[in-house]
Amino acid sequence: MTPLARKRLGKILLNTAGVLVFLYAVFPVYWMVSTGFKANDQIFTTEFIPFPTHFTFEHFAKVLTEGVANNSIWLYMRNSAIVALGTVLVGSAFALLSATAIARFRFKGRGAFLVTLLIVQMLPSEGLLIPLYMMVKRVGLGDQLIGLIITQVALTLPFGVWMLRTFVAAVPKTLEEAAWIDGASRMTTFWKVLFPLVAPGLVATSIFSFITAWNDLVFALYLMSGSEGYTMPVALQYFFGQKGVDWGAIMAGSTLMTIPVVIFFLLVQRRMVSGLVAGAVKG
Amino acid sequence: MADTTTVARGGGSSPAPGHRRKQNAGRARASGLPVWSIPYVLLIPGLLVIAALLLYPMFQLGVMAFQRVGLAQIRGTRPAEWVGLDNFERILGNDIFWSALRNTVVFAFVAVSLTLVVGTAVGVLLHRLGKKMSLFVVIGCMFAWAVPPVAQGVIWRSLFDAEAGIINWALNLLPDWLAAPPDGQASWTGTPWLNDTISLYVALIVCVVWAGFPFIAVSVLAGLKGIPAELYEAARVDGSGPWRTFRKITLPLLKPVFAVLTILSIIWDFKVFSQLYVLMNGPTNRDGFNLSMYAVAEAFRPPQKLGTGAAISVVLTIILLVITVVYVRQIVKQEEM
Repeated sequence: MTPLARKRLGKILLNTAGVLVFLYAVFPVYWMVSTGFKANDQIFTTEFIPFPTHFTFEHFAKVLTEGVANNSIWLYMRNSAIVALGTVLVGSAFALLSATAIARFRFKGRGAFLVTLLIVQMLPSEGLLIPLYMMVKRVGLGDQLIGLIITQVALTLPFGVWMLRTFVAAVPKTLEEAAWIDGASRMTTFWKVLFPLVAPGLVATSIFSFITAWNDLVFALYLMSGSEGYTMPVALQYFFGQKGVDWGAIMAGSTLMTIPVVIFFLLVQRRMVSGLVAGAVKG
Repeated sequence: MADTTTVARGGGSSPAPGHRRKQNAGRARASGLPVWSIPYVLLIPGLLVIAALLLYPMFQLGVMAFQRVGLAQIRGTRPAEWVGLDNFERILGNDIFWSALRNTVVFAFVAVSLTLVVGTAVGVLLHRLGKKMSLFVVIGCMFAWAVPPVAQGVIWRSLFDAEAGIINWALNLLPDWLAAPPDGQASWTGTPWLNDTISLYVALIVCVVWAGFPFIAVSVLAGLKGIPAELYEAARVDGSGPWRTFRKITLPLLKPVFAVLTILSIIWDFKVFSQLYVLMNGPTNRDGFNLSMYAVAEAFRPPQKLGTGAAISVVLTIILLVITVVYVRQIVKQEEM
């Protein structure tokens, strides 16, 4: 084989491997979406039916009208959205304050705070669940979305601060000093100089918190006892009924739950990596 | 929020070098707050959340592990009763605890190894692909990565379904010498993967590796991009083959990346919950519990035994804290904070 032919063959092999990886990653997601559009006779079969030839919206219509556990999926989507957005609003404000303190000031106890941050970020949420459950019940917030929001703020805050601090640090201090010298007040300097420059980082951090709160199963499962307070991850469990599984409906519901996450995810994927691996990845 | 003015102070009064400090301090005093206190004021909300909702609950968890906490205590009608080491004695004497511990550790070991191998292979592949092809594959991987854990469980539960699942369909296609149907069955159709503990964990591993490899791949890719091309050039000139180059150049240079990725994967896979919950249909099959599931089942299934659940969580938390300490040391070493 000539070197040129070998090179070409190598390229073909590499691209084939790339396509295989793509299929491996995407097929299960495709399967979820396509099953949501298949008629029941094409779902409950031992045959492999790659495309929904009997294309139907009946499952999506069913989950949105009839729903599950006596409520439409809309209610659960709304609950999930309230919890996720509430977490983002409160969490981002707190995270920005802490991140500014860490990135802009050298003060006593700063190192200790950073290490605390790293450690609490790794605490297992399943371990926190039991004491937080007691606390939330004791203050009378059991079965209320606000109780869920509070737990999610706590779980997402450490990583949010960790991620935001790099964005605040990346804004050159000289910019603020220039505004300062030009006679701008602290308020103006913050809103007109620092905030716009940190905004992309704030968006990235917010999306991370949103996804965490949106995906949470274990807290919503045990803090909410009435079906009116269920979020999407909890509601989906009720499709696995006693009489067998309604795959069309559950796939339609899962698809609806997945769409917002995929959209947000594609937006911030790069920052998630840099946030998690911190200094280990230079790139 | 009342804090916004404080932010403004923080934003504006970045410590100025040397000679301007005096002037800055003067202004800060004019607005009522000495400069040294500003970072502490900014930290108040964050510190309150961390102290009240993370550190205090962790302390509470430790306390509850030595108490009997049931329905009466949740309602607040009776105070919790100290029981000493009873909870720990009860779980250590229970076979479920040991099978849960075994499931947790074996699963984490297999899942982490496979995720790292698959992820690294894909990362290296991405690095060698052309720009467009690489982006195409990365976007595909994003889909697997983005699917919420509950939906991951749903998807793989359907793929491993006994009757309509694709897995059994695909195994039927393979020749018998490669994948013989289980004893006494003519075909794979009807094989209930999710009932038996071992095959349940096979399904869980497939699910977790599928969802976890993209993060590893993208991180490894980012690491590879940071390695100067001249190094590979030099290795090639010296006649080093691809495997040797990988072992002698790529691996040593990416060692810090791998250290962090391994620790993060271990932490995540040790406490996997949502996917297992969906695959095993809630805390039903006691033999299939891992530590998280066991803790939750003891704490929340009637009769509620929150103290016992707390004791199991303490064991899990201690294991994870040890791993976390290693992680934190790794980060602190690499990063000038």
